[in-house]
Amino acid sequence: MYQAMSSLGFAAESNYAGPPRLDGAKKGASVLILGAGLAGMAAALELRNAGYSVKVLEFSQRAGGRCWTLRGGDTFTELGGAVQHCGFAEGEYFNPGPWRIPYHHHAVLGYCKRLGVALEPFVQVNYNALVHSSKAYGGKPQRYRHVQADYQGYVAELLGKASSQGSLDTALTKEDKEKLLEGLRRWGALDTQFRYREGTISSDRRGYEVDAGGGLMPLAKPSKPLDMSELLQSNLWRYIASGQDYEFQSAIFQPVGGMDMIAKAFAKEVGSLIRYGAKVTRIEQNDRGVTVTYTDEAKGGAITQAKADWCLCTIPLSVLSQIDIQVGSAMQEAINAVPYGASVKVGLQFKRRFWEEDEHIYGGISYTDLPISRISYPSTRYGAKGKAVVLGAYVFDGPNSYEFTAMAPEERVRRAVEFGTQLHPQYASEFDNGISVGWHRVPGTHGCYGMWTDETRAKHYKNLCQVDGRIALAGEHASYIPAWQEGALLSSLDAIQRLHARAVAA
Amino acid sequence: MNNCKTMMSFFKRALLAVSLGALAATALAQSPEPAFSVGPKFQELSGESIYRATCQGCHMAQGQGAKGAGTYPALASNPRLAAPEYPLYVVLNGQKGMPAFGKMLSDEQIAAVVGYARTHFGNQYPEAIPAETVKKLRP
Repeated sequence: MYQAMSSLGFAAESNYAGPPRLDGAKKGASVLILGAGLAGMAAALELRNAGYSVKVLEFSQRAGGRCWTLRGGDTFTELGGAVQHCGFAEGEYFNPGPWRIPYHHHAVLGYCKRLGVALEPFVQVNYNALVHSSKAYGGKPQRYRHVQADYQGYVAELLGKASSQGSLDTALTKEDKEKLLEGLRRWGALDTQFRYREGTISSDRRGYEVDAGGGLMPLAKPSKPLDMSELLQSNLWRYIASGQDYEFQSAIFQPVGGMDMIAKAFAKEVGSLIRYGAKVTRIEQNDRGVTVTYTDEAKGGAITQAKADWCLCTIPLSVLSQIDIQVGSAMQEAINAVPYGASVKVGLQFKRRFWEEDEHIYGGISYTDLPISRISYPSTRYGAKGKAVVLGAYVFDGPNSYEFTAMAPEERVRRAVEFGTQLHPQYASEFDNGISVGWHRVPGTHGCYGMWTDETRAKHYKNLCQVDGRIALAGEHASYIPAWQEGALLSSLDAIQRLHARAVAA
Repeated sequence: MNNCKTMMSFFKRALLAVSLGALAATALAQSPEPAFSVGPKFQELSGESIYRATCQGCHMAQGQGAKGAGTYPALASNPRLAAPEYPLYVVLNGQKGMPAFGKMLSDEQIAAVVGYARTHFGNQYPEAIPAETVKKLRP
């Protein structure tokens, strides 16, 4: 049966097989978990259910780690001391970290179901959103659907021509050519002569100049495709494929009310096990157990120790590489080998949903070559009156993410408004307030995610993931799905199963 | 410098369109070089502007560093900057959680930014760093 399912592609894609079976835990055995992000809390939940005595130490005053949402009334103090007070309206929010859940992230979806976290569709691709280049079309944003339909239409026409002129004869049989042409006609919205031209066929794809109406309203008028050469030279085609990536395909989800609804749901289960304000300074082990030294904020920074039989450490490597940890040299070298990526997000609240009211953009993402990189509109509460929050910048990895990080928080916001105005002139009059997060300035993580390369993976990844004595590591950094919550959860479930096996055998 | 000019005129255009007010204009007038690079490499040229665009994100405006769950070491009054090779090596290759900047900065830029850190924030190591030194250290 499994083989039959695999051959149909039903069974092969997931590494999540439901909650782990951790049978036979020894009575009284204990596990100390470091970090109350998703990896740490999932481990706490499963190990507690398996009968272990579990305690969690968390640096910050909040459960969830990078699974985090900012709302009106929240305060965020970044490294360097700058303080931001979030001024968003009731019900509005901004996810500085993860913000979407692909349909194949089975572990995240599985925990959402189990913990009762309500999900709603996240609009990844919006055909009416904008694609923008400051160097093309006089800086005027274009509609995604125009660029998408026209690019595909012209490619289909050109490929059809090449095929008809015999250029593909070595690759295709006569029968293949016929099928290809027919396919291209449909795929590219070509006319009966295999041309991509202004008319109802192309307008059924790219939209009409004047939409069809009722009664004596004007007749529908087809729209004119963009000029092919100008379109090619615009580079705007670079934005039309990303929604086809496996990570971004429909269906894709978000928790109703903010990503941290997942963190809150976990905390409802295991929150009583978490010690907040605990800054780990040393992790020691011997053949009898693990001792973790930490400063306890609730006790005025008193140096405190926690002991357990086993330890699952989910502290990001950016931080763990600075902590004295008693592990073998192979794991220590792995801990030291992973730099952390830069990433910046800016949340902007506007006085009204002008993107919906004026431009008929309901959710989804506009892309731009400006430093803000993209603008994402809320995939929820469409048509609501009053203020609403947009993701006004989301930048990672390149120079702009560092440049944004290095700015004062209010300057990041100001710049995001300034750039966004080039896509939406309404920004100037409708902007209300904003908040920004540069991940290298987040006190608990010192960066966004672990940046592996093929070389560092080959040299260090397995060493990072082995159980070392009584200590195992987990988190997105110990996964092949970096920067995604799925990676954190799968890493954690895999680590606790191996830790459990060792604990049972001990 | 061409890029800088392009960026400046670009900002001016954006500002005119936005008219975000005097605050924005003042801040902009104070930044001598682009606040944002175009493409995969940093375009800032002077040691100071490279510092403001990169190092400052973690090591902070006065090189004072920062403490959270971990630490961003202070560059201020830091004797580890005494010999140029150490900071050059770290900027080129990264260290632990710090990313490598070797592919995003030229030899000249790395020499300039390390030179800046070694002559500011209480560091007094004025010896010039030739770009050639950086080139030799590249992996």
